[in-house]
Amino acid sequence: MSISIRNVSKRFGAFTALNNVSLEVGSGSLLALLGPSGSGKTTLLRIIAGLEQADTGSIHVQDSDVSQLSAREREVGFVFQHYALFKHMSVFENVAFGMRVRHTPNDEVQTRVNELLHLVRLEGLGSRYPSELSGGQRQRVALARALAVKPRLLLLDEPFGALDAKVRQELRTWLRRLHEEMHVTTVFVTHDQEEAFEVADQVVVMRQGNIEQAGSPQDVFDHPATPFVMDFLGHVNVFHGRLEAGQMHLGGIAVEYPEYQQTESRDATAYVRPHEVELHRSPQGDTSLSVRVVHVNPAGPVIRVRLLSAAGAALNVDLSPGQYGELKVRPGEDLYATPKRVRVFLPDDYSI
Amino acid sequence: MHPSGVRTKKSAGGLVADEPLWLRVLLIGAAYAVIGLLILVPVAYVFVQAFAEGWQGYVKNLWHDPDTRHSIFLTLTVAPLAVLLNTVFGLAAAWTITRFKFPGRTLLVTLLDVPFAISPVVVGLMFVLLFGMQGYLGPSLRQMGIKVIFAWPGLLLATTFVTLPFVARELIPLMESLGSEEEVAAVSLGASPWQLFWRITLPNIKWGLVYGIIQCHARAIGEFGAVYVVSGRIAGETDTMPLRVEKLFQEYNNPGSFAVASLLTLMALVTLAGKYMLERYIAQQMAATRENTES
Repeated sequence: MSISIRNVSKRFGAFTALNNVSLEVGSGSLLALLGPSGSGKTTLLRIIAGLEQADTGSIHVQDSDVSQLSAREREVGFVFQHYALFKHMSVFENVAFGMRVRHTPNDEVQTRVNELLHLVRLEGLGSRYPSELSGGQRQRVALARALAVKPRLLLLDEPFGALDAKVRQELRTWLRRLHEEMHVTTVFVTHDQEEAFEVADQVVVMRQGNIEQAGSPQDVFDHPATPFVMDFLGHVNVFHGRLEAGQMHLGGIAVEYPEYQQTESRDATAYVRPHEVELHRSPQGDTSLSVRVVHVNPAGPVIRVRLLSAAGAALNVDLSPGQYGELKVRPGEDLYATPKRVRVFLPDDYSI
Repeated sequence: MHPSGVRTKKSAGGLVADEPLWLRVLLIGAAYAVIGLLILVPVAYVFVQAFAEGWQGYVKNLWHDPDTRHSIFLTLTVAPLAVLLNTVFGLAAAWTITRFKFPGRTLLVTLLDVPFAISPVVVGLMFVLLFGMQGYLGPSLRQMGIKVIFAWPGLLLATTFVTLPFVARELIPLMESLGSEEEVAAVSLGASPWQLFWRITLPNIKWGLVYGIIQCHARAIGEFGAVYVVSGRIAGETDTMPLRVEKLFQEYNNPGSFAVASLLTLMALVTLAGKYMLERYIAQQMAATRENTES
C-alpha cells in the first residue's frame, strides 16, 4: 500500500510541529523519518496512524483519503517506543488482542499467534507476561502484536531507542530481513542516522516541521541538500571563505569548486567530511593547510585525528588503518592537510 | 511492581533499630495505649452494652422493633445505591480528567474535594433549601409527584454527595500514573471504546477501584449529619441506622441503641477486614510478579 501525505500541517499551541509537509511513500518500501527531537517526525507518524489529527492537509493510502478515519479504522500496525504491551495479559494474549476485539474464531487466533511468535522467534514464551521479558523480547512482542491484524501499513516510533547497542544492532538486521519477507509498507521514526541508513531504503530528513531532504540513503549521504542535512548526517568540518571562478579560498589555500564559475567573488561556507581530508608530511602546493596534531584516537575501524590550523581553527580528520600505518601520526607533530572535496551551500540553493 | 519502593521501606526500618531500647518501649507503649483507650475500649463497650440483655434481647432489639428493622433495610438500600452512583461517576470523572486536556481541568479536580470540605450538616441544608417545599425546585417537583426532602431520594442525594470524591480520588492518581499508552495501543489495534474499557482500563485499575468502593461504602453506611437534616427523621420511613441509634439513645433505650450501633460497628469491621485482605492480596501479587521478573 502506498502512502501519500499532502500538505499536512499541525500546531500544538504556538509550536508548529509540521509545516505543510508533503511526502510520497512507495508501496512496499521501508522508509525512515530521520531528525532531531522536535523535528515533527513522530507527529507525522502519529498523524499517518490516526492517533493525531492534522490541522490541514490529508493522508491517502492507496489513493483513498483516510484522513477522516479513526485510528481503529485505518488498519495500521503501530509499534510504540516503550512497547505499550498490555501488562495484565500473557504474550499470547497481547499478540491475539487485535483479533480478539474483531471476534476472530479461536482456532484461527491460535494458528496466527503461533505463526507470529515463530516469526519473531518467541516460540514457547506465549504464556509469559511482559514483565518477564527482556527489552528486545518485548519489542518483538510489540511487533508481532502489530502484525497480527495484517495491517496495511506498519509504523514504528523509535523502535530501538530504549535498547542497548548490541540488541539494537541485532534487531535492525532482523527488521530489515522481516521487511524483505513481508513487504508491508513500513515507516519508522529515528534520530539515529546510522540506523536510518542501515535499515531503510528511503530516508526523509526532517527539521523544525519541514522535510529537508528525501531520497535513498546513498543519495542523501552523498548529496546533502542543505547544511543541516550535511551536519546531521555525521561529523563535518566547517570553513568560512570566499568563492570565486571555480575555486573556494579558505585560509590561504584553494580548493576546486567547479559548480561556481562566476568571476564575481562572494562569501561562502564550505563543509568538508573528516574522511575527505588527506594528511601529508610535506606541503602540497597551495592546496594544503599547515596543521598541528592535537589528539589521535586509534580505537576502532576508523582512526580519528584532531588537528589545529595555524589560524587556530579545529579540524577533524578520519584515517583508514592503512593510511594511519603509513603516516604514524603522533600528537604534537606538524602536518599538511588537503581537503579533497568541499561542499558549498549558497543561500540561493535552498530556502527555509 | 515497585521493587525500589519496597527497598526504601526496608532501609527505613533499619534506622529505628539504632534508637535506645527505653525510647522504643516508650513510643510503642504509648501507641498501644492511645489506640487501646480511644479505639479498642469504646468498640468493645458498644458490644458489651448491646448484649446487656443477653443474646435474645439483642435479637429482639434489632429485629422485633419494626422501626429499627426498617432503618437497617433503608441503610442497606441507600448506601449501596450511593456507592453504585459514585462508582459510575468516579470512573467517568477519572477518565475525563486523566485522559483529556480541557480548560478548567484543574478546577474540576479541586471541585471534586468540595464534598470533603463542607460540613455534612451544611450539605443537608443545601439540599433542603434547593428541594424543600420553600426551595427553588421543591414545589415544581412536588407537582410532578416527586418528593425529595423527608423521603428516600433526599437520603440518597445527601449520601451520594458526601461520599462523592472517594472513588474518583482513588482512581485519578492511579490512572495518571498508568498513562494512556496501553489504551492508545489498544485503539490502534482496533478496540472499540467499550472493549477498551473492559479489556484494558478496568483490569489495570480494578484494585484501586475496589479500594475506592470499600472506602465509599464505609462512609455511606455511617453518614449522619447530612442525612439528619434531609430525612426529617420519620421513624419507620426515613430513619437510617445512624439516625436510629441517636433516636433510641435519646429515648433512654440504651440496649436498643447499642444493638443498632453494634451492627453498624460490625459492618465497619467487615469493611476493614475486606480492605486488609485486599491489601495483602495485592502485596502478594506484586511479590509474585517481582519474583517472576527476577528469575
